[in-house]
Parts: sequence; structure tokens; C-alpha cells
Amino acid sequence: MFQHKLEVRNLHFSYPHSHEIIKDLSFTVSPGESIGIIGANGAGKSTLLMLIMGVLFSDSGEIMVGDICVTKKTLPLIREKLGMVFQDPDDQLFMPTVYEDAAFGPRNYKLSEKEVENRVLNALEAVGALHLKDKAPFKLSGGEKRIAAIASVLSMQPDILIMDEPTSALDPKSRRKIIKLLNSFTHTKLITSHDLDMIMESCERTIIIDKGQIAADGKTSEILTNSVLLDSCGLELPLSLQNCTVCGSAKV
Amino acid sequence: MADIKNSLYNIRLFDELSLKKTPIHNLHPLIKLLTTIFYLVMIVSMGKHEISRLIPFIFYPMLIFVLAELPAYQIIKRLLFIEPLIIGVGILNPLLEQQLIAIGGFEISKGWITFLSIFIKYNLTVTACILLISTTSMLQLSAALRILRVPRVFVLQLLLTYRYISVLIEELFRMYRAYSLRAPQQKGIHKNAWGSFAGHLLLRTIERAQRVYQAMNLRGFSGEYHAKSIKKLNSSDYLYFAGWSLFFVIAKIINIPILIGSLFTGVIK
Repeated sequence: MFQHKLEVRNLHFSYPHSHEIIKDLSFTVSPGESIGIIGANGAGKSTLLMLIMGVLFSDSGEIMVGDICVTKKTLPLIREKLGMVFQDPDDQLFMPTVYEDAAFGPRNYKLSEKEVENRVLNALEAVGALHLKDKAPFKLSGGEKRIAAIASVLSMQPDILIMDEPTSALDPKSRRKIIKLLNSFTHTKLITSHDLDMIMESCERTIIIDKGQIAADGKTSEILTNSVLLDSCGLELPLSLQNCTVCGSAKV
Repeated sequence: MADIKNSLYNIRLFDELSLKKTPIHNLHPLIKLLTTIFYLVMIVSMGKHEISRLIPFIFYPMLIFVLAELPAYQIIKRLLFIEPLIIGVGILNPLLEQQLIAIGGFEISKGWITFLSIFIKYNLTVTACILLISTTSMLQLSAALRILRVPRVFVLQLLLTYRYISVLIEELFRMYRAYSLRAPQQKGIHKNAWGSFAGHLLLRTIERAQRVYQAMNLRGFSGEYHAKSIKKLNSSDYLYFAGWSLFFVIAKIINIPILIGSLFTGVIK
């Protein structure tokens, strides 16, 4: 079902009157892969996501989703295949009810109301949020909002899920719920986060971006245990791998 | 700070009320919109001294309050906010129109009658609009406007403005909270900070609105909002519109209170 690969080739980008944020970035995401994109603040992670989604356009280089290059003309096609969950769910949930929000995307593609209903109910069921369907988004808790935002993207049945900090500002139980949910999806996933423990659990491959360039790209189990590499990129070992805070004994 | 939060609560209250499921909420939005417009036209077209003719029009909001199960207290409280404006508009009438007329043995200037007429008209029309948005969501209203062939750009503007108001208030609330926590002795915002406060608020809301717009674009938004196809007009919708229209026309043509009064006095005689 999810057969589109994503290719980023020699990408360069700079904001107006600013230095280069993305410098010659290249990587390929195979269908079904789950990739964590990590890096210090300002490394270029969110900019990369915006470039992939076609919100921003690169100065040079290209992004291919399957056989389609991301350009202004191909945006409707691209956005049917890629679904992005924003860092702040309040940016994404703007309709009066969760149902209406999840229906917003499918309706834009002029599907029949029956099909829209099927998709919305399936998406809400997939994230375990059917009971929230008639609730107003502003009445939801942080965790529920995040789940509703994911459902609003799933209802578009994207091939590739792109998530910006999916576990930020969540309590431990809500965070665990989101991690379980992410792991249950068979979509190709691209997740940016500072929650390295979540990346360890959800992504088999990790890319570190440092000052707009790829500093490392490989197996999560290798990259997130390399304290020297992480340290050089302004990161730390995942909390679960750090030394015991009480006795100081090493875990790695 | 409570005032800012209240404003947000007020907007959300109408959103919430509009999601109720009552016979009035279930009516076709176009019918509710047209009935409200007809009601407004009828009230506005009343002569400035025709107070008695306005009285039957109170029946409309009263019935909607009951049938739509709306919290009268909450809505009347919001109505009170506009009273100073109404008084401001009409208060000069008693001074400008000093011609005297006799009512029930008392002599008062015509200006007071005009003022009372303005007061009743404003209250009835504003209540009718509040009842419309309390029983019809903004999305349904937009769909009704599109049926009336209102250009989509205006409808979209209405929807986005409605959304932007809450974004603006949310940002204002956050900024004011951060400000007041660092200026506990101050009431409001010091005038020295007004410029930068307003500037930052504008920039922040633009940024936020852009993110909301991006989120819409990423889900295939291309300039037109495709609302859920609203149900077709049925006989109860037609009946509702016809019933109220007939009532409004009768109330406009015949002075019902005077008629009832003369009937009573006729019976007594």
C-alpha cells in the first residue's frame, strides 16, 4: 500500500537575508521505513520538513516523492501522499469539532460525503479517538489534541507521515500512548524530535542534522549510543542510556 | 486578564451552543438565515413611534430561546454589553424631538418614544443575530451564504476572520499574562509598552495565522472551504419560514396589541 519512496537530492536552502540553513542535504527514505531526524535547535530540522512538504522551496536540489518532483505545480499531488502533523496541534485543529477537522482534508479532495465519513471514522478509530468526534478541539487535553491532529492527517490516507516533535509537551502517559500509536502505523514515517528515547523506540534509522548538513545517517541503535557523535552535534545520549543519576553507574 | 479570557470564552460559548441538537438547530441554515434577515427588515422598517407594533416581535426570540434550549441568562448578559451603545445612539432624541404627546393622561416628549423605539429595535435585532449564531455554526452559515450565491471569497473571509479573532485573543492572553506576571503592581499595560506590545501581538498573530493557513494548505485547501453537504430543505423548513414570515407581516400590518386591546374593551362594553 505504501510504496512511495522519498528522495532528497543535494538540497540547499537559505531564508532571505540569512545564512544557508540547509547545505547540500541528500538522503533516501524507502517505503515503510521509520526515520528519526534529530539535531540541536536551529540545525534545520523543521526547515527540512517544510521543504519536503512544499511550504518552502529550495534554492537548489530536488525532492522526489515517488516519481514526482516537489514543485508548485505538483503540490496537490504531493500533499495527497504526504501527511504532516504539526508540533503545535492548535495550529492544525481549527474546526468546531474533531470530526469536522478530520473531514477537512478529505473534503478538499472532493470525496463523496459517504467516503469522507468512512475515512474520518476509520482514522478516529485507528487512533482510539472515536469518543472525541463531537468534541470541540479547544476542550481537549494536550494528549487528546495531539491524537486528534494525527487523526486529521490519517483521514487523508497519506503514504508518508511526517511529524514535527510528536511527543513534545506531553505527560508521560500521553507520550507513551503516542509512541504506541506511532509504532502501530505501517506508514513510512519521518519524525523530528528532541525526545531521543522516543526515536529509539519508534525509528530503526536516524539522521543527525548539524548546521544544515547530515552529520550521521544510520541505524538508530548505533547512532544514539555514540555519545561522542551526539556530543559533537549538540546532543546527549537518550535519557534511558545515560548513567544512573543516583549511583552514577554506566548503562552504555 | 479575566476580560481577555472571557472574550475567548464568549466566542467559544456560541460555537458550543451552535452544536446542540434541538428542533431549531436541526432546521436548514438557509431558512434560519432568511428568517432572521426578514425579521430584521421588518423591525427596522417600523416607524419611529410605533412601539406597540414592536411588542409582538418579542415573541420570536422568546420562542427560539425555549425551543433551542439556550441559556437565557448567558445570552442576555452578553446583550447588556451593547446597552451603553444603544443608549448613546438614542439619548439625544428626547432633546431633539421635544413635541409633546399625551399617553394615558401623561404628557411626554415624542423624543422619549423615539428613544424607546430605538432601544427596543436594537435589542430585538441584536438578540435575533445572537440567536442565529447560537443555533447555527459558522460553517453552516457559510454554506447558507454560498447557497445565496455570496462570492466564495467573502464567505472565506468571514470564516477566516472568525478563526483569526480567537487566534488574536489567545495570543493577547498569553502576552498579557507574561507581562502582568512581571509587572504585578501595574493595572493594565503601561503606555510606554503599548507600541511594542501591539507590534509584537500583530507579528505573533500573523505568524500563528500563517501556521494555521499552512496546516490548511497541507490538507489540500485551495481557496474554497468544502462544507459538509447540508441536508436538503424539507417541509418543516418551509413551514417554519412561511409561519414566521406570515406572523411578521401580520404584526407589521395589523397593530396586534391595539387589536387585542380593542377586542377586550369591546367585550367589556
